Amino acid sequence: MSILKDAKDLLQGAVQGAMGKAVAIAPDSWMPGGEPDPLIAMRHGHVGRPHSRIDGPLKVSGSAPFAAEFPMEGMAYASLVFSPIAKGRILEIDTTSAEAAPGVLAVMTYVNAPRISPPPVFLSGAKAAGGDDLPVMQEDVVRWNGEPVAVVLAETQEQADHARSLVHIVYEARRALIDFAEAKAAGSRTAVFMGEPLHLEIGDADKALADAPVRIDSSYSTPRHNHNAIELHAVTAAWEGDTLRIHDASQLVAHTAWSIAQMFGIDEKQVVITSPFVGGGFGGKCLWQHQVLASMAAKLAGRPVRLVLSREGVYRIVGGRSPTEQRVALGADREGRLKALVHSGTTAKTASNMMAEPFIVATKSAYASETFKLDVRAVELDMLANTFMRAPGEAVGTFALESAMDELAEALGIDPIELRMRNEPEKDPTSGLPFSSRNVTEAWRAGAQRFGWDRRDLVPRMVRDGEWLVGMGCATGTYPYYRMPGGAARITITSGGHATVDIAAHEMGMGTATAQTQVAADRLGLAMDEVTFRYGDSTLPGVVLAGGSQQTASIGAAVSAAHGALVKELLKIAGNDSPLAGLKPDEVASRDGGLCKRDEPERHETYVSILGRARQASVSVEAEAPMPLETQHWSMHSHAAMFCEVRVNTVTGEPRVSRFLGSFDCGRILNPKTATSQFRGGIIMGLGLALMEETQFDERKGRVMNPSLSEYHVPVHMDVPEIDVIWTDIPDPHTPMGARGIGEIGITGTAAAVANAIYNATGRRVRDLPITLDKLL
Amino acid sequence: MTPFRYSRATDVADAIRQSGDCNTRYLGGGTNLVDLMRETVERPEALVDVSGLSRDIEELPDGGLLIGAGVRNTALAEHRSVRTRYPALSRAILAGASAQIRNMATVGGNLLQRTRCAYFYDDDGSRCNKRLPGQGCDALEGFNRNHAILGASPSCVAVHPSDMAVALAALDGVVHLHGARGERSFPVADLHRLPGDRPDVDTLLEPGELITAIELPPLPFAARSTYRKVRDRSSYAFALVSVAALLDVEDGRIRDVRIALGGVAHKPWRAFKAEEVLRGGPPRAAAFTAAADAELADAKPLAGNGFKIELARRTIAAVLGELAGETA
Ligand SMILES: Cc1cc2nc3c(=O)[nH]c(=O)nc-3n(C[C@H](O)[C@H](O)[C@H](O)COP(=O)(O)OP(=O)(O)OC[C@H]3O[C@@H](n4cnc5c(N)ncnc54)[C@H](O)[C@@H]3O)c2cc1C
Repeated sequence: MSILKDAKDLLQGAVQGAMGKAVAIAPDSWMPGGEPDPLIAMRHGHVGRPHSRIDGPLKVSGSAPFAAEFPMEGMAYASLVFSPIAKGRILEIDTTSAEAAPGVLAVMTYVNAPRISPPPVFLSGAKAAGGDDLPVMQEDVVRWNGEPVAVVLAETQEQADHARSLVHIVYEARRALIDFAEAKAAGSRTAVFMGEPLHLEIGDADKALADAPVRIDSSYSTPRHNHNAIELHAVTAAWEGDTLRIHDASQLVAHTAWSIAQMFGIDEKQVVITSPFVGGGFGGKCLWQHQVLASMAAKLAGRPVRLVLSREGVYRIVGGRSPTEQRVALGADREGRLKALVHSGTTAKTASNMMAEPFIVATKSAYASETFKLDVRAVELDMLANTFMRAPGEAVGTFALESAMDELAEALGIDPIELRMRNEPEKDPTSGLPFSSRNVTEAWRAGAQRFGWDRRDLVPRMVRDGEWLVGMGCATGTYPYYRMPGGAARITITSGGHATVDIAAHEMGMGTATAQTQVAADRLGLAMDEVTFRYGDSTLPGVVLAGGSQQTASIGAAVSAAHGALVKELLKIAGNDSPLAGLKPDEVASRDGGLCKRDEPERHETYVSILGRARQASVSVEAEAPMPLETQHWSMHSHAAMFCEVRVNTVTGEPRVSRFLGSFDCGRILNPKTATSQFRGGIIMGLGLALMEETQFDERKGRVMNPSLSEYHVPVHMDVPEIDVIWTDIPDPHTPMGARGIGEIGITGTAAAVANAIYNATGRRVRDLPITLDKLL
Repeated sequence: MTPFRYSRATDVADAIRQSGDCNTRYLGGGTNLVDLMRETVERPEALVDVSGLSRDIEELPDGGLLIGAGVRNTALAEHRSVRTRYPALSRAILAGASAQIRNMATVGGNLLQRTRCAYFYDDDGSRCNKRLPGQGCDALEGFNRNHAILGASPSCVAVHPSDMAVALAALDGVVHLHGARGERSFPVADLHRLPGDRPDVDTLLEPGELITAIELPPLPFAARSTYRKVRDRSSYAFALVSVAALLDVEDGRIRDVRIALGGVAHKPWRAFKAEEVLRGGPPRAAAFTAAADAELADAKPLAGNGFKIELARRTIAAVLGELAGETA
């Protein structure tokens, strides 16, 4: 996909070289022309077992340190003042009473802030991490309602929070463009996502649509959403000489270190970011102004600074999901085979970021239509930059597409699952690439049976239980397999036989450390407790993003490459006295705490023995993952068959989900326990997307009016029924470990499954999210 | 938050004495007041903690209950007499907030909690006549899905958020007050004001006046009372519309009835008109809807909350229908 194009553009001629190298050092490659990862064939290892999280005891005992919990000598506490206008200038700042307040150390504004460069905006370069590219507290200009305009530093948080209310600022407001409809009327542009225009036409879809004997043509809308990870964004920053040390809550430590270094004009190595634990990311724990402001304030005050955003602060300065208005038009023959698939619409972004909510991406590979017309247009508003939020594009795009498929099934009088089966493509319908592994049919079959789909009435409004109407709906969820360039890892094995895997990856609560310890243990032929997986530190190897559901593959590929290098190195050290003498690296595998000849496992020597004979305390190798060429050769996607049962109250319109099942095809599942949580968590977020999540963005002022968990609704326990989760567990032969990512797919398809169930229950088609009770009265 | 003094009142007289300064507030569980202080919507110079006073629930000789203002919401909801004799009250409290908040919140504080209007809360960025009289109201043309359909004024369309107060209004609860000028009491249904042109004044309380207790009169038919709350998620959301009701049916006639609505007005809205229509009539669905219509005849929707009129109508009828079914 486009990520590959990006990678290619970045590394140009290096690609061929990388591929050659990959084959040479990793004969067990999943790469084109290579063999599947040998871990796929290994059926009795640690992979696939439901290991509990290795960080569990730390977390339940409160001893896992999060970003806001690192003690530092002489800490100063920061509190932010946010702009109440969307656009304009600061005419006057009076900080005297704030500065005179008890405990106050300094008040930083554009007047006295250290001079730095703007952040490199995410997607503008390999390690760019900024949510936007706007200057951070450098000028008297205000660019969104909520932009930080002052930082108050004090001896305690309470003192800082109090003094914050004493900063007096006079603004000159200018007319801002914040109204979506007004901006659309003024004109939109074809949106670009990861370097590619979000526009695709195959054949004449308009004509095919007009000629189709059966068609539907509907408009859908989805609102703004905000990030609401339980852990507030927090940072502890300190300058140690010329080195900036930051304890962050981050899903991209290496990117952040590089980007902040660019801003301060220092070397990347002079910025050290650690982020051992993150209380939820979802795309929101990237580089926003708080890390930069804390670093600037630490410089200004000459003291370490802690900045924990309030919940309101998260809404004011951390971007969320943009609104979309989508049209899906489907034309089919009478058997339901698609002749035309039109998916188009508009979203909002800012002039300062590169992220347009790409709601058509899932549509590209979904169905075998004869013609396609896909188009995303964007307007640019004066608002906080929008950003990635769990399955950007797919989460809201599948709501429209999969609602439309349900509408088409209804128009045709065909079961909606059957309709999907009839349009199951043999190869990627828009790129023409073969699928690496696509078992959506199996997922549907297993899910339908377990859910009891055959009990569903084809005609809506047939099932009543007291005041409640009951209905069932389904939808396909989907998320692509990504693997971004830049993965690298170091493996160190000691003479005691203990391995440490180092990679600048992230544990945001998903179970990464656990699953990757399982993988590394299997790859190295060690027990779980003989492997330490170290991550969350920008000084470790690799540029790995915990995003795009690609971290598992990215780490897997890097560790596999490092393993290849380790084997080579160990063979060298082993020398002629080893039973392994004379073997070439690709004849050797790891097993039982050492190396053996692949097809002759008795020809074996332990790591302890190899290092002992060589009198070496340890061996350490580092290697880079090969370029992600697999995604250029195959169309790689995970799928889910989502089933929902909903109850809608006939008196009040209240919709309540009573049952949910997700049947997934995501390649090999590395750890069923942590995977189940990822699937369930995604589905729960999907229920919120369907029924309640909505940022109240006052278009008169560009201000978010519900910046709290009391007024911005996410599902509570009582909104979440038991969620059944099953999967095919069919390994993808073209990915590391046979796995594809699982972090985001749960939220996709879910909203459509809910909406379709509501239609089945009530006969009402709600096309505008969230589906609140007033839309069902 | 602005720095403030804190002290604990030893008894009612002490509390009243300490509150002499008008920039003093009583502190109950603090679950609303402290939030508002953090948002700098409230900036008291001193807090007098009254949460330790009057924590008893007393059975009165006439069969009523006297509930101390310091009784925690959880304790009140769980009290045996409340659950069996005034179930609407128990249900209303349990439909509100979260277990943790109810454990902290007091009866007095719950009654006097302030509106959740987003513009009221946004001290930094929005206009609000309730916060700053004369400033203007950003809710009128803004997000007003949760706002009032009854009794609002051009200067304020906010609603009172309490569930408990709605049940108390229906149950003929009486609030007991102590102030510098002595004691007085009046019906809970009269405690809160309509906004008019003084939306900054929520209640009839005078500065420094302390709620000491709520009295529930003996109302035998309250044992068949209920509370229904309609909201955007199953828990931890304020009411879009709520209905507390009691129905006394004898020989196929409605002998007595009490109805109060939440989420529709600046105060817990006692539906006197609907009660009037119903008294003496048959407990039938048509009558229930007619009663609801009578109450809602004056309802005025804003751009975002028109659905509340239909929702209130249906919910009133359904609640009465449910009670009629129970008593039949
Ligand atoms: C997230 C959230 C969700 C909530 N959801 C709901 C809900 O769904 N339904 C609902 O009904 N409520 C809800 N609440 C509100 C909650 O019920 C109130 O915050 C609580 O009842 C207030 O009681 P308190 O004792 O903490 O009051 P405090 O915050 O201590 O005081 C509130 C006010 O009452 C005054 N006061 C307190 N005691 C006395 C007294 N004895 N005499 C005179 N004045 C007094 C104080 O000065 C202050 O002005 C929610 C609150 C939160 C934070």
